[in-house]
Amino acid sequence: MRRYVAGRLLQAAIVILLVTTVTFVLVHLAPGDPIAVALERPGVTESVRQQWRAEFGLDRPIAEQYVRWLGNAARGELGFSFSFRRPVRDVIADALPRTVLLVGLALVLSFAVGIVAAVLQSERPDGPRDRWIGRVLLVLYSMPDFWLALVVLLVFAYRVPLFPPSGIVDPVLHDYLPPGGRALDRLRHLVLPVSTLTLLSTAAIARYQRSALVEVMPSDWMRTALAKGLSWRRAVRRHALRNALLPSITLAGLYLPALAAGSLFVEKVFSWPGMGLVTANAIGARDYPLVTAGVLVTSVAVALGSLVADLAAAIADPRIRVR
Amino acid sequence: MATVAREPPAADRRSPLARLVRDSRTRIALAVLLGVAAAAVFAPLLAPYDPAAQLDIVRLASQPPSAAHPFGTDPFSRDVLSRLLYGSRISLAVGLGAVALAISFGIAVGAVAGFVGGALDAVLMRLVDAALAIPRLLVVILVASLWGTLGLVPLTLLMAGTGWFGVSRLVRAETVALRDREFIVAARALGIPPARLLVRHVLPNVVAPALVAATLGVANVILLEAGLSYLGIGVRPPTASWGAIIQDGASRVADLWWLTLFPGLAILVTVFACNALGDALRDAFDPRQLPRDLVDATFAPEA
Amino acid sequence: MTTPLLEIENLHTFFHTDVGVARAVDGVSFAVGVGETVGVVGESGCGKSVTALSVLRLVRPPGRIEAGSVMRFEGRDLMSLDEREMQHVRGNRIAMVFQEPMTALNPVFTVGDQIGEVARIHAAMSRRESHAKAIEMLKLVGIPAPEQRVDEYPHQLSGGMRQRVVIAMALVMNPALVIADEPTTALDVTIQAQILELLDDLTRRLGTSVLLITHDLGVVAENCARVIVMYAGEVVEEAATTELFARAHHPYTEGLLGAMPRVGGERERLATIPGTVPPPTAWPVGCRFHDRCPYAWERCVAEHPPLYQIGANHVSRCHLADEPERRAHPHPPLAAQRGASAA
Repeated sequence: MRRYVAGRLLQAAIVILLVTTVTFVLVHLAPGDPIAVALERPGVTESVRQQWRAEFGLDRPIAEQYVRWLGNAARGELGFSFSFRRPVRDVIADALPRTVLLVGLALVLSFAVGIVAAVLQSERPDGPRDRWIGRVLLVLYSMPDFWLALVVLLVFAYRVPLFPPSGIVDPVLHDYLPPGGRALDRLRHLVLPVSTLTLLSTAAIARYQRSALVEVMPSDWMRTALAKGLSWRRAVRRHALRNALLPSITLAGLYLPALAAGSLFVEKVFSWPGMGLVTANAIGARDYPLVTAGVLVTSVAVALGSLVADLAAAIADPRIRVR
Repeated sequence: MATVAREPPAADRRSPLARLVRDSRTRIALAVLLGVAAAAVFAPLLAPYDPAAQLDIVRLASQPPSAAHPFGTDPFSRDVLSRLLYGSRISLAVGLGAVALAISFGIAVGAVAGFVGGALDAVLMRLVDAALAIPRLLVVILVASLWGTLGLVPLTLLMAGTGWFGVSRLVRAETVALRDREFIVAARALGIPPARLLVRHVLPNVVAPALVAATLGVANVILLEAGLSYLGIGVRPPTASWGAIIQDGASRVADLWWLTLFPGLAILVTVFACNALGDALRDAFDPRQLPRDLVDATFAPEA
Repeated sequence: MTTPLLEIENLHTFFHTDVGVARAVDGVSFAVGVGETVGVVGESGCGKSVTALSVLRLVRPPGRIEAGSVMRFEGRDLMSLDEREMQHVRGNRIAMVFQEPMTALNPVFTVGDQIGEVARIHAAMSRRESHAKAIEMLKLVGIPAPEQRVDEYPHQLSGGMRQRVVIAMALVMNPALVIADEPTTALDVTIQAQILELLDDLTRRLGTSVLLITHDLGVVAENCARVIVMYAGEVVEEAATTELFARAHHPYTEGLLGAMPRVGGERERLATIPGTVPPPTAWPVGCRFHDRCPYAWERCVAEHPPLYQIGANHVSRCHLADEPERRAHPHPPLAAQRGASAA
């Protein structure tokens, strides 16, 4: 267990180092040095300009700039966002929790739905139910994230206006609502983005979970379970599922990158002011410090998330936990 | 080898190709992909208008579908059907080009890591593992936004550069498995160049999984390209791309639904075909994944 | 004689594959009396494990128990039970002990949970009750410190202990019949004897009938009152154990006995039966053993032998019962001749 954790920590460290290095190199390779470009933007005061120059040490050798930049990033000094006219750190501090909420809810829901779908499929592999669920999942799996979001928006916010199309609260009414109404308002704003993201991730999770289930079915312990008098259904739901769930916890970690990507589009379409929307808007505004930081922070969050998932999987598996 | 159990029943004995042909997914997928390819090749013949031409910005902007414009027009009064047909060129070119490059590069890296082994292998594979853990979309977004919109070739290179990690892992595993086999050791002792060994012994073993990875990879790249175009950092406008058409109408999706619906369906159908083909290929080449066989094996005699 | 506990008549279990029908079990009949231990012996591929799975009706497609097969257990026709009723039989009235204790237990549940599960489904016990039951069962099968072991996972136990757990699991409901499919094959020789002794001791005490499936005649000699020898999906010989060892009739049984190391006897070279069991999709015509038989003659190639009654409780599927003088003239079997010419 200890060895496993150590190895996994090392891997997370490598990922984070690689992300930061790639980001730094890209920013410096980019034409017209985006930092310099940003410095010349109107509306940036001289004092800010000086602060940046000192922060980035633009006159220093590149290796030193890299180390400085890394140090700054580690301390949370991510530069100044001119589109928000605020420090990047503050912008991200506001946005990150909203994305974590969105992605966290979607992750939990899509695992629940995905596992149910997979169990329904694998109770009779290759049967009609398996095939039909499989086809629906493949369609969902093939959908562009942003397109599904747009269709959901079009249908459930505009054509049949059941839910608000954008934001996290009602911009006008929210402050006038009683506490219960406010909670309901927040909930209503969560529905469309969360369900879109859930639909998108359910497909991948169910597909994986089904193959994991079907893979463990020929195990001797499944035959033992049946010989004990369990029904096939109960054997699948209890014995096969428990075994097949273990790799799925790891899957949650592996799936985080895709979920982060999905949330970028979903946030943009539903104007959900999290990391995705901030990053997407920063792209439009050519706000490079913010784009860079958005990518960096999301990648690091994903790396840490999958680290947690792997450790959780190790704890859940008695073969690793109990020695 | 006397029992049915040892040789798994039924489907196993048919050749992968026969299983592939018999799979209905294969036929549907190939039909769709041929259709998309035909649209791409014959776009100039099929398209009723010039995809970049602003027909009449005053009277023909944002027209809903009609006889003259079956898929409507965009806010710049361009014909959506024509743009859609030309857009298939971008999707296919980027998808196929990027995946071809990524697979070649992945094979090269994987083979080198596997054959050379040692520290180089360890470092390369650590890096590949790390790269696999980074959201590909974010890297692509970072590059595309830092460089502004990209031309077709740089975009393809970008997709290829971020898409070879999985294949290199696969090839490396296969190479390592072979490296220590006696006949390979003997062949190397005789001075047969590793490149030859690679072509003779490693490549045949990775064709099937690489093919699966390739079809799924094309699907992925098409989705990524569409996503970038939707964010406004895809192929340089006014080149028509499916994601870009959606982007043109996204801010007014409630009114201009046809700008979202038709290109989205085009992406969906194409990506679905790629994924279905990938699934069919995987099932055909890796019969252990065939559920029927698996369940049967559970209770086969004299295991 | 009282009605036997389990009666099997004309059991056919076929696997319908794309390359043909594999007749894994092809017309098997036998009976197991109350409290009796019966051995089923044969090489792998002879259909003995499929017979075991057939009794529990755990054969899955493309395998199928064919119409006309009769299995009577405790006076009930097993073939006519629906799946729900069959589940009530499995693990409750008929329990099974599998070959591989390593893999027969689910790695992600504690052994206590897996033993208790039987009581939970068949006796509607609560989790707490079933936990206590599991401890009691572990004590019964001689596992030290059962209160502690009950909450351990299979990978924490040795192979022998795991097999004790599997036996405990089989005996929870005090079933009338235990089918043990090669229960000791995967274990060390020293542990094998302990496990067999345990199984023998417990089933004797509880009055449980045992169908002991093995390829090892030594196991049969020590544990079973009666032996059924199977070959190529059929019963080829059946007799009381002492009778079989003293007067084996079928050449296949002779071969198996010759292949057995003799304890205390002079160290002679182990005789082996040349060739292998033919594929079940194409059993040879005539006697299915003729290819490998040192006595086979024209009749064996042409005519499928019936089960000849050769003693009070002794049957054999061999034409030698009809023409015993042939036994005096052994010759190299066809398979060996082919092997020689091929070499």
